[in-house]
Amino acid sequence: MLADRDRIFTNLYGLSDWTLEGARARGQWDCTNAILEKGPEAIVDVMKKSGLRGRGGAGFPTGLKWSFMPKEVKERPHYLVVNADESEPGTCKDRDIMRHDPHLLVEGCLIASFAMRAHACYIYVRGEFIRERERLQAAIDQAYEARLIGKNNVNGWDFDCYVHHGAGAYICGEETALLESLEGKKGQPRLKPPFPANMGLYGCPTTVNNVESIAVVPTIMRRGPDWFSSFGRPNNTGTKVFCISGHVNKPCNVEEEMSIPLRELIERHAGGVRGGWDNLMAVIPGGSSMPVLSKEIADTILMDFDSLVAVKSGLGTAAIVVMDKSTDIIKAFARLAYFYRHESCGQCTPCREGTGWMWRVLTRMQKGDAQTADIDLLQEVTKQIEGHTICAFGEGASWPVQGFLRHFRPEIERRIAARKNTALAQAAE
Amino acid sequence: MPSRKLIIDGTEVEADDSLTLLQACEQAGAEIPRFCYHERLSIAGNCRMCLVEWVGSPKPQASCALQVRDIMPNRDGTTARIDTKSPLVKRAREGVMEFLLINHPLDCPICDQGGECDLQDQAMAYGRASFHRFNENKRAVEEKYMGPLIKTIMTRCIQCTRCVRFAVEVAGVPDLGATGRGEDMEITTYLEKAFASELSGNAVDLCPVGALTSKPFAFNARPWELRKTESIDVMDAQGCHIRLDTRGRDVMRVLPRLDEEVNEEWISDKARHACDGLRRQRLDRPYVRRNGKLVPATWDQAFAAIAERAAATMPARMAAIVGDLAAAEEIKALKDLMVSLGVSNLDCRQDGAKLRNSPRQSYLFNTTVAGVESADLLLLIGSNLRWEAPVLNARIRKTWLYGNLKIANVGTPYDLTYPVTQLGVDAGILDAIASGRHGFSQDLKDAKRPMLIIGPGALARTDGAAILRLAAQIASDTGMIGPAGSVNEGAWNGFSVLHTAASRVGALDLGFVPGNGGRDVAGILDGTAKGEIDFVYLLGADEFDISQLGKSFVVYQGTHGDAGAERADVVLPGSAYTEKEGLYVNIEGRVQRARRATFAPGEAKEDWAILRALSDALGKRLPYDDGDALRRAIIVDAPHFGNIGALPPSPAADAAIWDSIGTSGPVNHDRPLSSPISDFYLTNAIARASETMARCSRDFVTGAQKMAAE
Repeated sequence: MLADRDRIFTNLYGLSDWTLEGARARGQWDCTNAILEKGPEAIVDVMKKSGLRGRGGAGFPTGLKWSFMPKEVKERPHYLVVNADESEPGTCKDRDIMRHDPHLLVEGCLIASFAMRAHACYIYVRGEFIRERERLQAAIDQAYEARLIGKNNVNGWDFDCYVHHGAGAYICGEETALLESLEGKKGQPRLKPPFPANMGLYGCPTTVNNVESIAVVPTIMRRGPDWFSSFGRPNNTGTKVFCISGHVNKPCNVEEEMSIPLRELIERHAGGVRGGWDNLMAVIPGGSSMPVLSKEIADTILMDFDSLVAVKSGLGTAAIVVMDKSTDIIKAFARLAYFYRHESCGQCTPCREGTGWMWRVLTRMQKGDAQTADIDLLQEVTKQIEGHTICAFGEGASWPVQGFLRHFRPEIERRIAARKNTALAQAAE
Repeated sequence: MPSRKLIIDGTEVEADDSLTLLQACEQAGAEIPRFCYHERLSIAGNCRMCLVEWVGSPKPQASCALQVRDIMPNRDGTTARIDTKSPLVKRAREGVMEFLLINHPLDCPICDQGGECDLQDQAMAYGRASFHRFNENKRAVEEKYMGPLIKTIMTRCIQCTRCVRFAVEVAGVPDLGATGRGEDMEITTYLEKAFASELSGNAVDLCPVGALTSKPFAFNARPWELRKTESIDVMDAQGCHIRLDTRGRDVMRVLPRLDEEVNEEWISDKARHACDGLRRQRLDRPYVRRNGKLVPATWDQAFAAIAERAAATMPARMAAIVGDLAAAEEIKALKDLMVSLGVSNLDCRQDGAKLRNSPRQSYLFNTTVAGVESADLLLLIGSNLRWEAPVLNARIRKTWLYGNLKIANVGTPYDLTYPVTQLGVDAGILDAIASGRHGFSQDLKDAKRPMLIIGPGALARTDGAAILRLAAQIASDTGMIGPAGSVNEGAWNGFSVLHTAASRVGALDLGFVPGNGGRDVAGILDGTAKGEIDFVYLLGADEFDISQLGKSFVVYQGTHGDAGAERADVVLPGSAYTEKEGLYVNIEGRVQRARRATFAPGEAKEDWAILRALSDALGKRLPYDDGDALRRAIIVDAPHFGNIGALPPSPAADAAIWDSIGTSGPVNHDRPLSSPISDFYLTNAIARASETMARCSRDFVTGAQKMAAE
């Protein structure tokens, strides 16, 4: 279990002061200029050594991503964009960071921007996050007031930080759709290549990072990459905020070591599964777009990128959704399919047409109003979406259904049979 | 140009770096299905039909969105392999095709796109054969109003967004867009307003399915029952390449033909939709005025009436005016006839444009339409390009959008769909630019390839010759005509005259201008009003103040019962541009051949043949018995007519030529330079007879003016 002294998010629960004063008391903004004095290359090196992998879902190594930015600023300025459009069902870590420890993020923005030679940073906040946006804006204002950021600040790197409030579309969490939205256009993902590091915001080199990825930067810089990489298994290092929700006794956000066993995580921090571990039916390990795990897998699985990929799932945003045996599992996935149908941007064909199809088939399955052949049909539809779309939404929409079919096919067959039997019985009367 | 090696379907090819993978595959002979991709629009990459396999990549790649330069060799250094026929690609295409079809109504039997539908064709080629497993309800989408030309059945839409990209990028009007998300995404004009562009009909051509179809053509014919004739448009002077689709005697529709140098693949809505005017108000037999009323007559009676009057009139009291739609053949025949009668009061400039017929550069669009794309600074003088030459305007917009062209205007400002620096409205500004007093003259000198377009708003006025002189002076002073020693020497000519009449350049080439001591149009009308001209021959000329013809004897040879025919004493029914073989010379000086698609109605004849028959009746038989002999005679007069489709030889940099253009004189500082076209949709007799054009005029011009007034 992670010791308190090793926590990065020391005010995750909002028990102490979120303001600059409180943040300083927790050690934030302490000699930030000393960090900047190491120079951009050194900062990127530290990030690479720390093994930090992006906390937004894809798990791409953050230091490597930063190193893709051009080494010199030519005629186009560089930008840092922070993705605070946290909309993945089950996920609420960035929300609490912005609520209770916003200065971690602001300081991280400064350091990350400096490392990528950007003088401006945009934080794209999810539309529904009204108070969080106000809190974040207040923190930024405090930082300006204290001349920690802004022109001619005490840290010696001219830096402006802007908060942009989205309109509440899930797709705007996709990095290029986010950039489109930030530019004032309809939030639809762009074609890649060109990648944002080359042609991003307003056609300029841009890096898009998750809130948590940026918020851990100051602490990594202060305590060193070796400290950070001492947690978790190799290639899955560091600490991570897990969001545990669903059928547990005490749903919570908790910062823990990577590679902690799922069972330990749930039992120690979330008060265990409702009705005991044996009452567990399924767990979604990383936000709604990651394939679901059956209880057999959940018994032993370690919560990190590689071990979850090995069981055909993924760490995603580390949002754990626990479902006990009272769950109508088909209804649950029909509801998720509805979410993806509703949030598909409609730009490209497979996702636009396929998400609605999946939802309709699942809705019929929920009632048992389907044929056994529909199960294979559904599987094929997910395969026809996956990998054929412009952005990763296609995978995000089809993976949960694939995981569901992998583990709960008998449940669907049982319900179809039950409905047939009822119909037969009625016909016999 | 940098290129790299690829192995496409097993064959190694060398592909240009700037191409997309789709183009490279096509060059290698592979067929790539697509819906959203279009050569002249930006890349959307949204239909996902063009997926190909890049061997080694886990996912199939959208070939339209991937540039060859982004295709790296394999890790081991071997050439990257692209497969367009692999099982992975086949499955991907089948999947995309299935998705496109699940919510498509499959109402092909009642769809106007049937037979020329990309979805239909590609479903046959790339879909799963007779395989259906979508058991849900299909989506239905409400129809949208897009104006009098575009019919929508939006349930058929596959959201390729070609129409949106066309509207935004080519037409330059942000009237179309997509609203809604996911499967609720709809293409719409937002507020049920019409698609207000002169090029809107092209969106129908672009639509790969039957979502946007031609409203006037709805349920009229199937594409496979139409006979196709390749021809030339005469609704403006650009000479756009068109295809006439006919059934029986009727031109059912007009479509653009590809020509990179003239019209790319666009035509204006007038060129496309005025064709119903060919069926209405037609003159189908000769008429002679008796006791103040036009009564039907035979050809002989009509000729006799003309001959009687012509014999009784001195040549100096006779005149002839050529209209806007006349082909070179009848212009030549009419000129020969008039000259043989000794008549010198001839004119083809019925709008009164102060242009002379020599040197040829003084009335041509010397820059050429395609040449506009190399210009970096454009000065517009008295022109509303959007109405005078909409397709050319789209070319200028394209150059502005993708190049570094800047545009300035002298004259009444119009919304041209791109930003224009307004220098002033009157000709006095030109004076200042020509004398170097205006800051813009320095801009012109600094530009590498400056050009100017002088339009009818500057030429068709009493001080037109003086304005023309100023324009020529500006051109030669600012390096527009490639002065000797400059980088542009012999290679660049930025002096461009814009005409609106399809017949104009041809008539000027053939010298249909006043002979020695002859009167021009203004002089002729002055003469008729004063009783000094007694006999006027109108060859389809309707675009001037007919009331000025006074008491003179008027012969009208033309196609439609328009202004000229109403006033005429003898009416001779001629053929429209779709009903005869005709040579037209476009603004660039390019001779192009219009082909006969149908026959003229009733007793109407080909125009040159009428003049040939009339010459017999007048005892001045013209020396050609068939069209070919006539065209040979034209080539003797003007050899470039023998070179169909070619551009005139490259412009001379001889300064003396440029000094001779126009006439020095004072210019009017009070009257703004305004385009004479008051209604784009009603500029000639055919368009005025068209119901579709009347509807467009009501919706886009008079209606819009009324709304603005309110």
